Amino acid sequence: METHAHTATHDMDHQAGHTHHHEHPKLSFIEKYVFSMDHKTISKQFLFTAMFMALVAAILSTLFRLQLGWPGHSFPVLHYFLGDRWAKGGVLDPNMYLGLVTIHGTIMVFFLLTGGLSGTFANLLIPLQVGARDMASPMLNMLSYWFFFIASLIMFISLYLETGPASAGWTIYPPLSALPQAIPGSGAGMTLWLVSISLFVVSSLLGGLNYIVTVLNLRTKGMKMTRLPLTIWALLITAVLGVLSFPVLFGAAILLIFDRSFGTSFYLSDIYIGGQALSQTGGSPILFEHLFWFLGHPEVYIVIMPAFGIISEIMSVNARKPIFGYRAMIGSMLAIAFLAFIVWGHHMFVSGMNPFLGSVFVFTTLLIAIPSAIKAFNYITTLWKGNIHFNPQMLFVIGAVSTFISGGLTGIILADSALDVAVHGTYFVVAHFHIVMGLSAVLAMFGGVYHWFPKMFGRFMNKKLGYWHFWLTFVCAYGVFLPMHFIGLAGVPRRYFNNDLYPAFDKLQHLNVIISVFAIVGVLSQVIFFVNFFYSMFKGPKSEQNPWNSNTLEWTTPIVPEHGNWPGELPVVHRWAYDYSKPGKDVDFIPQTVPMEEGEMDEGEHV
Amino acid sequence: MIKLLAYLVLIFALILVFQLIRIYQLSAELKGNHVGKANDKDNRSQGRVMIIFVLAFFASLIWLLFDAKGKMLPPAASDVGVTSDNVFMFNWVIIFIVFFATTFLLFYFPFRYKKQKDSKAFFYPHNDKLELIWTVVPSIALAVIVIYGLSLWSKMTGPPDPKAMVVQVYAKQFDFTARYAGADNVLGKSDYKLIDDGANNIMGMDSTDPNSWDDIIVRGELHIPVNTPILFKCNARDVMHGVFFPHFRDQINCVPGITTEIHFIPTITTDSMRMIQHDTAFDYILLCNRVCGSGHYNMSMKVVVDSPDEFKKWMAKQHPLFSHLYDMHHKQAVTTAMK
Repeated sequence: METHAHTATHDMDHQAGHTHHHEHPKLSFIEKYVFSMDHKTISKQFLFTAMFMALVAAILSTLFRLQLGWPGHSFPVLHYFLGDRWAKGGVLDPNMYLGLVTIHGTIMVFFLLTGGLSGTFANLLIPLQVGARDMASPMLNMLSYWFFFIASLIMFISLYLETGPASAGWTIYPPLSALPQAIPGSGAGMTLWLVSISLFVVSSLLGGLNYIVTVLNLRTKGMKMTRLPLTIWALLITAVLGVLSFPVLFGAAILLIFDRSFGTSFYLSDIYIGGQALSQTGGSPILFEHLFWFLGHPEVYIVIMPAFGIISEIMSVNARKPIFGYRAMIGSMLAIAFLAFIVWGHHMFVSGMNPFLGSVFVFTTLLIAIPSAIKAFNYITTLWKGNIHFNPQMLFVIGAVSTFISGGLTGIILADSALDVAVHGTYFVVAHFHIVMGLSAVLAMFGGVYHWFPKMFGRFMNKKLGYWHFWLTFVCAYGVFLPMHFIGLAGVPRRYFNNDLYPAFDKLQHLNVIISVFAIVGVLSQVIFFVNFFYSMFKGPKSEQNPWNSNTLEWTTPIVPEHGNWPGELPVVHRWAYDYSKPGKDVDFIPQTVPMEEGEMDEGEHV
Repeated sequence: MIKLLAYLVLIFALILVFQLIRIYQLSAELKGNHVGKANDKDNRSQGRVMIIFVLAFFASLIWLLFDAKGKMLPPAASDVGVTSDNVFMFNWVIIFIVFFATTFLLFYFPFRYKKQKDSKAFFYPHNDKLELIWTVVPSIALAVIVIYGLSLWSKMTGPPDPKAMVVQVYAKQFDFTARYAGADNVLGKSDYKLIDDGANNIMGMDSTDPNSWDDIIVRGELHIPVNTPILFKCNARDVMHGVFFPHFRDQINCVPGITTEIHFIPTITTDSMRMIQHDTAFDYILLCNRVCGSGHYNMSMKVVVDSPDEFKKWMAKQHPLFSHLYDMHHKQAVTTAMK
């Protein structure tokens, strides 16, 4: 404790020499809470919007799980949400089923796990953990949120269209997504989808560029790249991935808009539909697949990378141990990020592309398993001989590593083109990506909320409710996706409204019931989280200066930081972020602001 | 009215919950417990739950494995499928070993090293040797997996047997149509602008191409002879569709504008598979596996693997769409020869 107290005085002495010239004029309510340029407020705005969107997507999933668990059954709740138009007599309409699946996927991937996850934590943590007063461009940052907000709004509104929302699956492969004759959702629903996603890309680029510039240019004195917390490394790499890949999705969307509205044939060729031969010829739907997955695959790392960062930070703090292999963790993230750009073809083994190209993608994809394995082993070693504090966030990140391992391992099968063709497009794939990407990222995101709640709102969340929330969520998550592998291995394709066409599939109906029950209970248990969140926001116990005894800079600001984050001078960094339980010290943590003692080794610097 | 009441009940329930949390929070604070931070008691109980969870997790996985018996796909019924099942099994062994080992440690360590009074963490920031080991070992394992997998992939996608029987699978919303290439084993040209459902010219076959005269169109059932290499040429009329043969472990998309191909040798007739499965109602199936519209879930075609004799008999009953042209041409040829 002495060292810590010493730094505090040192810092105060340091600050006393300078006058505080960051006087802010009083902001109006609108400037402070609505069109705010403060990264902390923007972070909360992202979080709230993403929570709302996630709630919508979760409800959508329970609606189609009702149909899949009890096909053709009448449910008043379906009628309540979808009305006579889409659930006459409480029975789901097959078109709406596809609409629900599509919008569930789109919201979860883009709005929760990209916008929500990066938006919340990059905004909150980058300035606070690198020691900056705000983002490099607060204005662009604000715009980033408002583009996200409008995109969310448009996507949400598309659910209420007469012809239904986009229904071609979240991957919106043309020609299905291009031709309203093929499916009603490809009318106005698809138009709104494309508009919404285009705006989303704008938001993502504005945010991403800002994150990159802030990390590279606004690090405080002493904050070398090798002293950055892994959260920041992760968010930086995520932003780079996003900036390089999202424009390609934008291009793909623009070309699709042209095909839909202006008679071009980028993706369309030799089509006969609705009793007439279309004039478009020469285009290729496979082109769309290439463009889509050129974003789509980095996208899954855009989703999982911030989760890696959050897991590393929370695990280290709560195990009271340095993260094992800090350099290897950075290296493996860089390797994953690089490889992320040359594996997209593994989504296309059945597309009809050249099989030799397929084998190249098999090779690069299985290469990614190596850095991923390093990460998993390093996390487990971080727990080994730790001093583990079971705060709720620790449970969530352990859960996230578990799902990352379980889902990653089934990825070995799907990366192998010869095996992929046996299970491609079945529930095996659905189970795989929900576990490895969806659950890992969602669990890490929850962990992050519990961990940084005291920084966001100056209060603690209730741990008992946190425990209930974690175990119910975690058990239900596996309850949904573990049996789902078996349904896939039995050959049941995804996106089927029911499985009536092949009698052998009936043998698996009991698993579908189990999945649906777990899914519904799992979604309902999120009520615990929402109650805990909103109660604690106003009435939770007040936070302390450094509630988890962390080393990182965000805990050196006032408990609830004002605009500008540090009232005096910016903190100066003297060491890496992971000096937990360093031998020969009285306390089990040494904040980054504490100067090195004579002869002390900086572990971040090791060769 | 009932709706209003329901909303009121919901609101009161929420208020009740909030009050309960408040009471819990106050009583905890009175006892000197922190509501937000874990104490040693939490560490003990959560550590125990970790162990209970991991055991229950493994148990449920094992239950699922037993439960799946007899409900999964039958043994593969094609040459590539048999190898595919072997590669699958090889991968599963590796996956299960790694899964059980890492998952157990992941939940055991938190239990074993939970914070208790006076406990301390071991400062262990890195160990290059250890990290090298778990870089190299997975690399070797993955190299083996890649080589084994790609050897099958090259067999699957390599050039088909030159004598393979050519069958076109034509997909449209929401059914499949098969076209057999006939005696010449060459599919005639087709053009989407010639499609005429009224004249039963579903795939727009071009009657000016003599190769098309003996082509046979079949709907409803896809018959293939056992132990014969089959080359499927796949096309789509309107949107993308998927040709998925779960029992033969193979799959390809049907894409408007291009022709995609898969080939395999069916190895078990439908009758034999019925015996193996002890199920007289068993049938192979071709499923659409690329979402294609509201009827996607109903898009399939029954597949029948015949013995060569049965196949010949079945084929003899089918007639080419352009049989009149075929007959005319045949007669002309005969007359010319007589002259």
